[in-house]
Amino acid sequence: GYLDEQFIQLEDLQDEANPNFVEEVVKLFYTDSARLLRKIDLALDDRPFDFEKLDDVMHQFMGSSSSIGAKRVQRKCTEFQEYSKDGNFEGCTRTFQEVKHEYATLKKKLENYFQLAKVAR
Amino acid sequence: MNLGMKPSSFTTSSNSWKSTDVVLDQFPVGLRVLVVDDDPTCLRILEKMLRNCLYEVDLISEIGIFCSLVFEILSFVSFTKCNRAEIALRLLRDNRNGYDVVISDVHMPDMDGFKLLEHIGLEMDLPVIMMSADDSKDVVMKGVTHGACDYLIKPVRMEALKNIWQHVVRKKKHEWKEKEYQQSGGSVEEGERQQQKQPSEDVDYSSSANEGNWKNSKKRKDEEDESEDRDDTSSLKKPRVVWSVELHQQFVTAVNQLGIDKAVPKKILELMNVPGLTRENVASHLQKYRLYLRRLSGVSPHQNGFMGPTDAATFGPISSINGFDLQALAASGQLPPQSLATIQAAALGGGRGATTSKSSSPIPPLVVDQRNIFSFENHPRQQNIINGGKQVNLLHGIPTNMDSKQLVNLHQSAAQSFTNNMSQSNNSLLAHMVQPHPRTHILNNEINGTHVSVVHGTAYNNSVSNPSTATVDFSSRSQSTELPVNNSFAHVSSNSGMSNLTSKLQEEVNSGTRGGFVPNYDVFNDLNQNQNRGAHDWGGLQSSVGSSNIQQRLGGVSSSVLVRPNGFSTNQKSGPLNSSSLTTDNSLSRIKTEKLPDMGFQNGLYHEQFGQEDLMSALLKQQEGMGPVENEFGFDGGYHLDNLPV
Repeated sequence: GYLDEQFIQLEDLQDEANPNFVEEVVKLFYTDSARLLRKIDLALDDRPFDFEKLDDVMHQFMGSSSSIGAKRVQRKCTEFQEYSKDGNFEGCTRTFQEVKHEYATLKKKLENYFQLAKVAR
Repeated sequence: MNLGMKPSSFTTSSNSWKSTDVVLDQFPVGLRVLVVDDDPTCLRILEKMLRNCLYEVDLISEIGIFCSLVFEILSFVSFTKCNRAEIALRLLRDNRNGYDVVISDVHMPDMDGFKLLEHIGLEMDLPVIMMSADDSKDVVMKGVTHGACDYLIKPVRMEALKNIWQHVVRKKKHEWKEKEYQQSGGSVEEGERQQQKQPSEDVDYSSSANEGNWKNSKKRKDEEDESEDRDDTSSLKKPRVVWSVELHQQFVTAVNQLGIDKAVPKKILELMNVPGLTRENVASHLQKYRLYLRRLSGVSPHQNGFMGPTDAATFGPISSINGFDLQALAASGQLPPQSLATIQAAALGGGRGATTSKSSSPIPPLVVDQRNIFSFENHPRQQNIINGGKQVNLLHGIPTNMDSKQLVNLHQSAAQSFTNNMSQSNNSLLAHMVQPHPRTHILNNEINGTHVSVVHGTAYNNSVSNPSTATVDFSSRSQSTELPVNNSFAHVSSNSGMSNLTSKLQEEVNSGTRGGFVPNYDVFNDLNQNQNRGAHDWGGLQSSVGSSNIQQRLGGVSSSVLVRPNGFSTNQKSGPLNSSSLTTDNSLSRIKTEKLPDMGFQNGLYHEQFGQEDLMSALLKQQEGMGPVENEFGFDGGYHLDNLPV
């Protein structure tokens, strides 16, 4: 599963008044996370390597993804944080690629999901 | 993003809110929430969740009884130019009564969530809820010690939000109670006035009981504050009477004139002729004073020997600093006088029970005592007023080696010059000792954002979780006072700029702003609590209670002062936090047990100074339970166990 109960909670929040609430939130998430991911990318290219900053940004990203219930992405973020705490550059870069991968997958799946939802309505 | 979305606010009318009433079994209507977070996704979700609660309430509101929930959510997006957390603070400052609760993220780029927490706690008596994706225990602990009412883990669930109103209610209720106490003597009109004012502000909704009450109590507090004949620079509501040095002098003069045996509050009040001072204020202060005197007389003379020259040296700077700090603080007006009062009270009362929120750790009473003494002796009574976060910078940087010697000195000096010459050394001693207290005290105050309301004559049974009142109830002498004091302490420490009261706790609490003075109020609280159970040993243990707690909490802090009075087993009981430190402290404290009398003295001294009944009682209580409080909190200044005057 790519999304957990949190996502269900979001869906519960959706109602007549806000029919596209979930989609709206997810869009927000995209924007914000794109920015954060870019930041991490830059930080990874930066020398000397700033683990703390990485950890910080990743923490923010993790917070966002957990808010929408992106379980797998969140797990990868935690992994990343472990590496950054250890100061393991290799681990960080590698995990980050995985994070991005999960993120991309999630995005695609969500798009499909929303399209289906629209059709269903 | 949503910048300053301001939902229509439906303030409630002035329904009087009885503390026992719970208006809704769901979200209380009219709850105004301010959410601070740099993550727009999270903000949006929170907003929706909160509004959803509103929605539910709205249905009920059709009956016309309840107000809708109002909340403002500020989205702090990274590309905003200004300081987002600053925006939040500004908003809060501009709308003193505009919000009921604040939910803030821990990690924010422009300002540390804890700092914001402290500011809010210090300046406004609002319950603050922290949240973060980070659920590590130490971070949560930090939140608690900084005075957060609650800590939510992201992703935030709906159920969690449904419960935040409890914190508001609890706080208000506490404040309400304190206000009642305070006003029972006579500022009733103020309260009434406020009540009347209340409706004018409200929009045409009938208020829920809660809402009305909150407003009323808030108003009342504000009124009270204004009526205080003190230099309150901040306009925060402070129901406490701040016993400044001058005021205390007046008090003592009056008492001496009447004769200590014949001194009754009514006559004292008349003699003092201070506008705005109620008989109750005087009564509680008198009680504390009496205790103080008793302690003085009960203190063994051997204490005198302890004070070494070093103390004087240290104290000198301390006192000056204190005075300076206090004034500065007062000037800054950030620290609500109540914090100051709280601190003092805490100092007096040994920081007992002044825990405003569960988060605030009990500030060692010692600290407060010191503070009290200090402030007492130092004429710049501004201490009480300590406004702004710098309150407790009194002893900032001064290595307060509050060891028994100092305590002894303090005690003795205090004894000699309780009302009059506070010799420099005394001051310094006091100041020295006070350092930890005020810090913590302030912390508590600030953290908890609660007032240190002087609960006159009430048995101060503040549970630690009582966030709102860092009231030290001296008169009650109950052990519960710990809590209030602690709360206040927590507040204190949370105030940025709090002076570095030695203890590590302080540091922890003060997110690093302070010089690490933050005494472990938590510890203290626990300690006190434990101790209170046992020992009300007025004879002199009193002071130690506070400090020992603090020290214990400090854990690694060189809180050597855990002086456990002989026969007191309270130290042992100190909170789980410091079980290890406790042991060390205990041993240390044993050495210092003798010094206890100092503490007791100090506590008494503090009492005098801080007219806050609550604090005093708390402090006293603590003292009873604890041995001399040698606050060797992990001061930045280098408080170390070494200070133990063995």
